[in-house]
Amino acid sequence: MSTHIEATPAVKTVPPPAVSLGGHVRGYLARVRGGDIGSLPAVLGLLVLCVVFSIVRPTFFSPGNFANLFSQGAAVTLIAMGLVFVLLVGEIDLSAGFTSGVCASVLAILLATYGFPWYIAVAAAVLAGTVIGAVLGFLVAKVGIPSFVVTLAAFLAFQGVVLLLLKEGTNITVSDSVVVAISNRNLPPVLGWVLAAVAVAAYAAVQLNRFRRRTGRGLATDPLVVVLIRIGALAVALGAAVYVLNVERSLNTLIASLKGVPVIVPIIAGLLILWTFVLDKTPYGRHLYATGGNHEAARRAGINVDRIRISAFVLCSTMAAVGGIVAASRDHSVDPNTGGSNVLLYAVGAAVIGGTSLFGGKGRARDAVLGGAVVAVIINGMGLMGYSSGIKYVVTGCVLLLAAGVDALSRRRAAATGNR
Amino acid sequence: MSTSPSPLLELSRINKSFGPVQVLRDVDFTVTAGEVTALVGDNGAGKSTLVKCVSGIYSIDSGIVFYDGEPISINGPRDAADRGIEVVYQDLALCDNLDVVQNMFLGRERRTGLVLDEATMEELAAETLAGLSVRTVKSLRQPVSSLSGGQRQTVAIAKAVLWNSNVVILDEPTAALGVAQTGQVLELARRMADNGLAVVLISHNMNDVFAVADRVAALYLGRMAAQVPITEVTHAQVVELITAGRSGDLGLPAAGSGDDYGLNGARG
Repeated sequence: MSTHIEATPAVKTVPPPAVSLGGHVRGYLARVRGGDIGSLPAVLGLLVLCVVFSIVRPTFFSPGNFANLFSQGAAVTLIAMGLVFVLLVGEIDLSAGFTSGVCASVLAILLATYGFPWYIAVAAAVLAGTVIGAVLGFLVAKVGIPSFVVTLAAFLAFQGVVLLLLKEGTNITVSDSVVVAISNRNLPPVLGWVLAAVAVAAYAAVQLNRFRRRTGRGLATDPLVVVLIRIGALAVALGAAVYVLNVERSLNTLIASLKGVPVIVPIIAGLLILWTFVLDKTPYGRHLYATGGNHEAARRAGINVDRIRISAFVLCSTMAAVGGIVAASRDHSVDPNTGGSNVLLYAVGAAVIGGTSLFGGKGRARDAVLGGAVVAVIINGMGLMGYSSGIKYVVTGCVLLLAAGVDALSRRRAAATGNR
Repeated sequence: MSTSPSPLLELSRINKSFGPVQVLRDVDFTVTAGEVTALVGDNGAGKSTLVKCVSGIYSIDSGIVFYDGEPISINGPRDAADRGIEVVYQDLALCDNLDVVQNMFLGRERRTGLVLDEATMEELAAETLAGLSVRTVKSLRQPVSSLSGGQRQTVAIAKAVLWNSNVVILDEPTAALGVAQTGQVLELARRMADNGLAVVLISHNMNDVFAVADRVAALYLGRMAAQVPITEVTHAQVVELITAGRSGDLGLPAAGSGDDYGLNGARG
């Protein structure tokens, strides 16, 4: 038995040894081998798919098609971003697709039938999503019905609501120029460069400031080289993307000029930054992870677990509403199929492919963007290759299964190596 | 470290029943700062119930709780936490997907404005662990899932110590641990007491009790059989107190109260 007395508790701990670049890379590889694969499958999958499609169909690798990918994947990506929250707390929302349909219908009716200005229609659509999420969350967290059942029921009911709102299947045209611009217009090329520069500068400032503060207080950090490489990588990626998107895409510039970053890109980027901030930097985000990881521990820590779960559904349905608005904008119309058919499965697939766990406690906003990109590339590439929708469904189903399989296997691997 | 004369937490004649079953009968129990008090007893003796009464999870039927000489009422976990009474439960209640710092501050995160103050939390966590001379946890930023059982126990205990707690109750902290890790956790309990905390160690394991405790309290079928300095009893006597409620002139009076199931007789 030790009766060693700590005369003066060490106030300052020994500064952690500086990690070298090699050490950082080795640490990352060890984590991957241990089952903490994160977004790696999505990134690798995206690269492989892009290379394969580019070889088989050279048009895939054209600026015009690159811009297409954004408008094709936007709605699914936004819905997936909301689903990340629900998946984080270990629940599922099967109704997110038709929630986006209901909200898009609300938007279209207010715009076309009642002639409200766009901002009121958009606000009402988003609010409709928020209300739907609050109801779903209440039923799951307070009443205690499994989320699978609640949202499956909502999936059926909302399909009916869309039909009722659209008077048994009419197609409402959305012609408001602002709403249509969301998915169909491009930023002036100069603005694209400015936004990219601002994004890189802000990222660099945040990262370097964090590095400086943590080293100043003697806390462990990633090596400066790694921080600089990250900033550099972002600058190169954004620069390349903006350059490609600023190339003239119109086949005949006499009719119309088509160049610049699609408007939807900064919208997705802004929401990505917002939700990443909320998840990583706020107590609320921390409590979401805690609830998904061990809700009993969260409860004992004084976290209002019910409120956290309801809020996850609220955010999910609200983001589904945003996705619905984007979809309505892209199609210039809302019909009973908006948010229907495979939208939900694509969105769940996007979140899971990106690295969000179906078992709760693991996921990030960027997973939705990465996974959404994979889904968009698959749909787009297979469309270029002229496959029937039958084959597209089968392939997308297989990719979703593959992603869920990778998730389950990496969990097993992690359990075996003590990482989970 | 010298024993302070007055107890920090004193329970007097505590009674607690669940319906017709009386789980605690006139239990007296004192906890002193700077000491490790072992709370022992057989399964069903009322150890867990007693702890839950102290931590505010159960309300007591009758009896008085004195804290620092003042009678207090504990009406919920918040009251206990406000007095600096923290319990480390057997199932630890850590989030596997969060790292050490995140777990230690869960539910009471430090923030600057809206944003989490990670650097301060990390410093305070490091300070707490250093104050407990913990060297087994290498990185404060590794997920709890990657820690061993002993390290998890250490994190759970450090989490309890972090909140300027005065009384830390450890519920069977070594039950699931190997020999080396048990040693680490017991050392930790000793060090907390040496740092001036009142530590209550609930244990089944006599080796643990004799390794670290200053005082041992034995519950027998809901009654406090004896609470004595560890130096005044032997291993065998404590076992007798646990199984029979008395040992020689220690413990409950010999008169069979009808609920001892003949154990007294069986052990002579």
